[in-house]
Amino acid sequence: MTNRYNRHIILSEIGPEGQDKLSKARVLVVGAGGLGCPVLQYLTAAGIGTIGIIDFDTVELSNLQRQVLFGDSSLGANKATAAKKRLEDLNGDIKINAYPEALTYQNALELFNQYDIIVDGSDNFETRYLVNDACIITNKPLVFGAIYKFEGQVSVFNYQNGPSYRCLFPNPPQKDAVPNCSEIGVLGVLPGIIGSMQANEVIKLILGIGTVLSGKLLCYNSLTNQTSTLKINRNDTVINEVLNTQANFKGRVLNINCETDELVSIQKIINKEHIQIIDVREIHEQPKVDELPVASMPLSSLQNNLALLNNNKEKYFFCQSGVRSKKAVDFLKEEGITNCYSIQEGAMEIKNYLEQYKEQIQDFRFR
Amino acid sequence: MYITVKYFGQIAEVTNKDEETVEVIGGQVSDLLEVLNTRYDQLKNEDFQIAQNQELVSLETALTGLEIALLPPFAGG
Repeated sequence: MTNRYNRHIILSEIGPEGQDKLSKARVLVVGAGGLGCPVLQYLTAAGIGTIGIIDFDTVELSNLQRQVLFGDSSLGANKATAAKKRLEDLNGDIKINAYPEALTYQNALELFNQYDIIVDGSDNFETRYLVNDACIITNKPLVFGAIYKFEGQVSVFNYQNGPSYRCLFPNPPQKDAVPNCSEIGVLGVLPGIIGSMQANEVIKLILGIGTVLSGKLLCYNSLTNQTSTLKINRNDTVINEVLNTQANFKGRVLNINCETDELVSIQKIINKEHIQIIDVREIHEQPKVDELPVASMPLSSLQNNLALLNNNKEKYFFCQSGVRSKKAVDFLKEEGITNCYSIQEGAMEIKNYLEQYKEQIQDFRFR
Repeated sequence: MYITVKYFGQIAEVTNKDEETVEVIGGQVSDLLEVLNTRYDQLKNEDFQIAQNQELVSLETALTGLEIALLPPFAGG
């Protein structure tokens, strides 16, 4: 064994045997965002033998305040790919698999089967329930972390007949009023703390030391430094319900929670014909999206421009973050204008995406 | 009976405080929730679980007079 892990090896609780266990472990991290970055950083440094990273998203400027694996040079790159690049420099002795795609009901089971432990660093309820259910079906321990503004939750689910996330919250919230997942503010260091706690649980699980947070939910408040640990009991009824979905698991459709019927991703519209794309930001706002024919109709004067909207065409609205475009769609619906959709990405993300798919867009038949 | 109620995440935004003491007449968790729903109009729109003395409980559970926490799910990552 090289010197790299000396500070682990000299701990009697780890030793060369423990380090060997770490080097043989296979851990999949879902989401390379605020939580995924610190998890990946510490697992890589610790010498976990095989690390998988799945994330479809690209790095944006507003991520850099907390997603510490990325820098200016990663802007616009896929997060899984960019994280792999950084982590390979951090530790070249381990294998890192990047999956630059979304986790779906179609790919989750095969992927989870290739790993020993799954870490949830996703940012929406749909994916969280998918991760939980796939862990139940593939019988993998799930190291869970989630954050909200200044608070975080950590737990280990589905470990040695312990409870799952559904034993705590049986179903996703009915109504998620948040228009864009990335819209809520978050203290940058918070996912660093919660993600580090997740990494700690992963390492304890692999080494078989200490007490893992199975059957418990740790709640942390960064403003007050208060932690509360709540006890969660296993609910066999909800777990069996999940097991019963196994046969048609792959037939289920992931509807990422911030996406509703009226909220779509730019990825889904670049191949559409006869559509109108409308920027509802004020005229002075940057960056301009000029890769596609875009009409400018600031939200403040939308009412005066109703005549310019073609009721027969599908109309896609965007703004800086997804909030105003959602407002525009709600307003137009009230005005009786149909076929209106809000693009969930903000202007910067849309622009990055279009840059990436330039060639496809060139033979794009608009109007 | 007086109960210390703790609020987490979005719930603390609805109540505008992290913690308070609430007087409840009646012996079940549902009786407390009724008081809170009257006090905070928006609470009924929120998703949360209820824990008593750090353990999840149902609406029918008897109040023991110590600590109740309203815990919402977090999606952020």
